[in-house]
Amino acid sequence: MAVTAVSGPVARPTPRLRRMEDERWLAFALLVPTAVLLGLFIAYPFIEGVLLSLNSTRVGVKGDFVGLKNFDKIWNDSIFRTSVWNTFWYTGVTTVFKLALGLWLAMLLNRHFKGKALVRAFILLPFIIPTVLSTFAWKWMFDPTFSVINWTLFQLGFITQRINWLGDPDLAMTSIIIVNVWRGVPFFAISLLAGLQTISPELQEAAAIDGARPWQRFWHVTWPLLLPVTMVVVLFSVIQTFADFQLVYVMTGGGPANATHLFATYAYQLGIGTGLLSEGAAVSLAMFPFLFLIVVVQLLYIRRVETR
Amino acid sequence: MIEGAVWRKWVFYNIPLILFVFVLLFPFYWMIITTFRPDGELYRPWNAANYQPFWTNNPTLDHVLYLFEETSFGRWMLNTMFIAAVSTVISLICGVFAGYALARLNFPFAGGLGTVIFVTYLVPQTLLFIPLAEIIRNFQLGDTPWALILTYPTFLIPFCTWLMMGYFKAIPKELEECARIDGASRWKAMVYIILPVAVPGILSAGIFAFTLSWNEFIYALVFLSSPDQKTVPVGVTSELIRGDVFFWGPLMAGALLGSIPVAIVYSFFVEHYVSGLTGSVKG
Repeated sequence: MAVTAVSGPVARPTPRLRRMEDERWLAFALLVPTAVLLGLFIAYPFIEGVLLSLNSTRVGVKGDFVGLKNFDKIWNDSIFRTSVWNTFWYTGVTTVFKLALGLWLAMLLNRHFKGKALVRAFILLPFIIPTVLSTFAWKWMFDPTFSVINWTLFQLGFITQRINWLGDPDLAMTSIIIVNVWRGVPFFAISLLAGLQTISPELQEAAAIDGARPWQRFWHVTWPLLLPVTMVVVLFSVIQTFADFQLVYVMTGGGPANATHLFATYAYQLGIGTGLLSEGAAVSLAMFPFLFLIVVVQLLYIRRVETR
Repeated sequence: MIEGAVWRKWVFYNIPLILFVFVLLFPFYWMIITTFRPDGELYRPWNAANYQPFWTNNPTLDHVLYLFEETSFGRWMLNTMFIAAVSTVISLICGVFAGYALARLNFPFAGGLGTVIFVTYLVPQTLLFIPLAEIIRNFQLGDTPWALILTYPTFLIPFCTWLMMGYFKAIPKELEECARIDGASRWKAMVYIILPVAVPGILSAGIFAFTLSWNEFIYALVFLSSPDQKTVPVGVTSELIRGDVFFWGPLMAGALLGSIPVAIVYSFFVEHYVSGLTGSVKG
């Protein structure tokens, strides 16, 4: 190989540089910074988190080992149970809507028209703009007294009284879901559009010539070919949504009456808000089994696609 | 592709697309109009007779001025920019190195390490923020920009590495071998031959990482406490809401101004951003 070529009459480099000629040493040197940062700020906190959750630490009070008591306690905590249910509901509903609307938008964009590049650039804005900032705009739009949404619905004749978007538990969850879908649709649309563009239009034409109706063409040609991209996008989005924090924190802060908490916001309220660090860490860690499952599914799926 | 009459094109394509664009962009319009609307108009109930939602005849800069005179908004912008820029650079360097090693070098456990990095890519910040807050305090980093500059790479590096691996794998091996036959060391072949070819990938990863760190919230919320150290999202959240009172004018002004830097960076590099986005999910 090329290695023999350099070990010829070329001037010998210093020993340190010569070591870098060894692939394994170079790989090691290149991976050290990453390993250090990820080790210090992911692996180490993870271990600390597990220990913390088996402890009874509060802010300023070093705790003792208490075994699984924290987990037992949160399991019997009605707010925690609500948060678990909310998290699954929130993740499930938003994912279905993001996928459906994202796919629709992707198909609308997957053709030639004037200003396509501009439309595509603008459509991604909800995904680019910091979530907290755009969520404040939504919160303002949902404001009980000054809501522009209420005004519009009233003018159109749909309502006669104000809707208290964030004051009612069910409506608050719905509002949060709307904002999450709004923010996520562009990501789905642009990723799926990239997937659609790799599908040759000839396949569609062939199916059309064979007499397939538009719906059949979608279901038997486009959808199966798009499935790998869809799977990955959905899994990414599921993880992000499942572990979401900022949207709920800004919109309702978990309220009204703790009705809209997710894992993360409840962990924040317990751990940082109330100072029950160990219990907060336990709530956070309770996400882990589910996240782990999703990651395993994703890895298995990627492996299957790669070996096919 | 489109068969049939003009009206079908409108019903099935143009009108839905216009609706999508309208809904996706309306909150930003709302941000802008609120920023320039005087308080007197702002706090008019939605069912008041003179509620005039979509326009204002008395635009004002009061809210923007309030932001700069009464709060440390300028500081927050600088903090966010500094933190986002430095953590992006750190993550790019680490990600490019790691991506190169994993994609182009043969060494034991390369496949396993790739999987580990992919898995850390999927670790959300909300899983670890409580123990991490303790660690940050023990390292004496609490309430300094370094708390964020050092922790943001934990979710940026895996992403950069993953994206760069894709780019490096696509570059033919011969390119490097030619350089090495001409006497270049492995290091030089990487820096002078491979990296220049991978510049579009580095740019994509950089833009994407920059927007991600600008958007980050929970670490900034937990690790920073003094008003002068905060980033824009946290500063806006904590300083423009007093108890139950929301200062909507300045809040929207802050949201608008805080979004502008990301929007500018994005507008210059839309194509790179999109390829970063789609590359990130292609795997």
